[in-house]
Amino acid sequence: MKFDRRSLLGAAVLAASLGAAPAQAQTEIQWWHAMTGANNDVIVRLAEEFNASQKDYKVVPAYKGSYADTLNAGIAAFRAGNAPHILQVFEVGTATMMGARGAIKPVQDMMKEAGETFDPKAYLPAITGYYSTTKGEMLSFPFNSSSAVMWINKDKFRQAGLNPDQPPKTWPEVFEAAKKLKAVSPTCGFSTAWITWVNIEQLGAWHNTPLGTKANGMDGFDTQFQINAPLFVRHLQNLMDLQKDRTFDYSGRTNTGEGRFTSGECPIFMTSSAFFGNVRANAKFDWGNTVLPYYPDVAGAPQNSIIGGASLWVMGGKKADEYKGVAKFFTFLSNVDRQVKLHTESGYLPITKAAYEKVKASGFYTQNPHLETPLLQLNNKEPTENSRGLRFGSLVQIRDIWAEEYEAALTGKKTAKEALDAAVSRGNDMLRQFERTVSR
Amino acid sequence: MEKRVVFNGRLLPYLLLAPQLVITLVFFYWPAGQAVLQSFLVQDAFGLSTEFVWFENYQVLFSKPEYYKSMVTTAIFSSLVAFFSLSIALLLAVQADRHIKFAAGYKTLLIWPYAVAPAVAGVLWLFMFQPSLGLVSQAIRVAGFEWNPLLRQDHAMTLVVMSATWKQISYNFLFFLAGLQAIPKSVIEAAAIDGARPARRFWTIIFPLLSPTTFFLLVVNVVYVFFDTFGIIDAATQGGPAKGTETMVYKVYSDGRSGGDLGGSAAQSVVLMVIVIALTAIQFRYVERKVQY
Repeated sequence: MKFDRRSLLGAAVLAASLGAAPAQAQTEIQWWHAMTGANNDVIVRLAEEFNASQKDYKVVPAYKGSYADTLNAGIAAFRAGNAPHILQVFEVGTATMMGARGAIKPVQDMMKEAGETFDPKAYLPAITGYYSTTKGEMLSFPFNSSSAVMWINKDKFRQAGLNPDQPPKTWPEVFEAAKKLKAVSPTCGFSTAWITWVNIEQLGAWHNTPLGTKANGMDGFDTQFQINAPLFVRHLQNLMDLQKDRTFDYSGRTNTGEGRFTSGECPIFMTSSAFFGNVRANAKFDWGNTVLPYYPDVAGAPQNSIIGGASLWVMGGKKADEYKGVAKFFTFLSNVDRQVKLHTESGYLPITKAAYEKVKASGFYTQNPHLETPLLQLNNKEPTENSRGLRFGSLVQIRDIWAEEYEAALTGKKTAKEALDAAVSRGNDMLRQFERTVSR
Repeated sequence: MEKRVVFNGRLLPYLLLAPQLVITLVFFYWPAGQAVLQSFLVQDAFGLSTEFVWFENYQVLFSKPEYYKSMVTTAIFSSLVAFFSLSIALLLAVQADRHIKFAAGYKTLLIWPYAVAPAVAGVLWLFMFQPSLGLVSQAIRVAGFEWNPLLRQDHAMTLVVMSATWKQISYNFLFFLAGLQAIPKSVIEAAAIDGARPARRFWTIIFPLLSPTTFFLLVVNVVYVFFDTFGIIDAATQGGPAKGTETMVYKVYSDGRSGGDLGGSAAQSVVLMVIVIALTAIQFRYVERKVQY
């Protein structure tokens, strides 16, 4: 094993000089995030604008890899005693963060202690509900939110003799349309990214059907999964039947299959509304999006969809002065005009009611209806305990378990019921493991 | 007049050994010890609550059918990769050992893939074989074969075996080539004069004389497949579909990282450590006896 002594020395000198560099007067706020490309530019610009707007605090953003990487980097840093002030965590990590009460500072408490004006009611409930306790206490600050929507290739619709201005509304209509679309796109009638987010999590909320007991885990970590209920079994069975001739064609667990929509291969594709930037840049055909389909015979459907994306968590154990800076930064982010700009330029959902109303009043959505689709869907009805959000520990890995069972069913190794029964029992094992470590 | 330099005491030899010892202790024994300790604990991801549970993590681990499945997957994966990477490398080395034009260029090109990082190798192969966008898979589909590693476990396994093999061939090739060149030409010529044909010369002379190299490579390759193929699997299949390519080392990662189950993950890495130590010991003790040096 060899070390290059000169470079080591160089690194040491560099580290020492960097450590000494920041001026005493300014308090630094570390912000770890997982945004790349255009979204990273948004983060950098927000930090720059905030730093220019006042002199006491300096927000320093740092990219830490994928969502899972960033969460793990935050956890490791916390264990080592140097956590950042602000950590961006994806929505499935919510229960993990919430379970670590000693490691976080609830946003609402922090705002109050720092003396910032803060009204939780000013925020869109469909978004903040996901990040709040059942009592309505806001724990983390929503940053980039999206929801799952249905993207359609209008050119292919016309070629197949379908009317793109009247896209299918229900699942049976989607299946019928996909069968016709197969004539013009033989390898894929329709598909979805994030297989479990779209076909289990969103499906449940959209049909007002619980994924688990205790209000989807919101009321306690002793929750049990119920995703082997008839709705979920029927839906998986439909996908299995259609997979045989590729009227439905599986596109993987994450969003790596999204290229199948922009390339024109899959004319109907369900994925995040944040796919917008990619579609705008890469789709060389007439496209649009619409709300998710539903099964019309399920009572109460469609209810409302749930969000995806990430929120900003404030880590615990920092100085009061530092929290003051974080609180000022959150106030800065909540500013109506800033929210309007963020929403219309980046495609993130606005987080305050005022910002949404302002964009609506400006007539922006008549020209850009695809940016309003997720909002219409999220606000479709007042959220119920089945559609407010999910609070399952270890959901990151549980999603993988569910995806594995889905894959086993789609390849015919298991029946729909067997696969979902296994998804429930294996998921419950994970929940019990999580419950055991957080409840002490 | 004593000219010899004599070092008194034991200080100096220990001092000279110290850097190596420190590196071994800090980078190998300390983390290994940490893993053993962690495997006896049940802890949340943030380390806020810790419970000492003795062997419970191991009991849970061995009660789960998924764990045995990942063992089988690892066995299949490692035998396939070791077999193909060794035999293809040997074939190429035997060809390169002859007097051919552009031998140097040919050898350099063969060694190249070794410089590619495992994750990059995984991505490269994924680009070629991604079901709907990959270049090669489009060609395969045109030929009428339903290539789909996203759903078919055998296809996914083929994909990771191909990329892991491709990556390891260069290394094996290099050692085989050196081994071949160390075989005295006179022995082979003598056999040729006695009328032995190339195939016979290979199996009765070259292959046995090459066995120390083959044995060494077998050990190295098994360790490679157990640990270093992680990047390839992560980039190409993430252990899917339905755990079809989840090897033991990938399971350590997915349970510990995405699952936040540090105790269970540590228990798995201890098991993995024991398996590799045992495999290496068996190889040295029993296989080496049959090897002719």
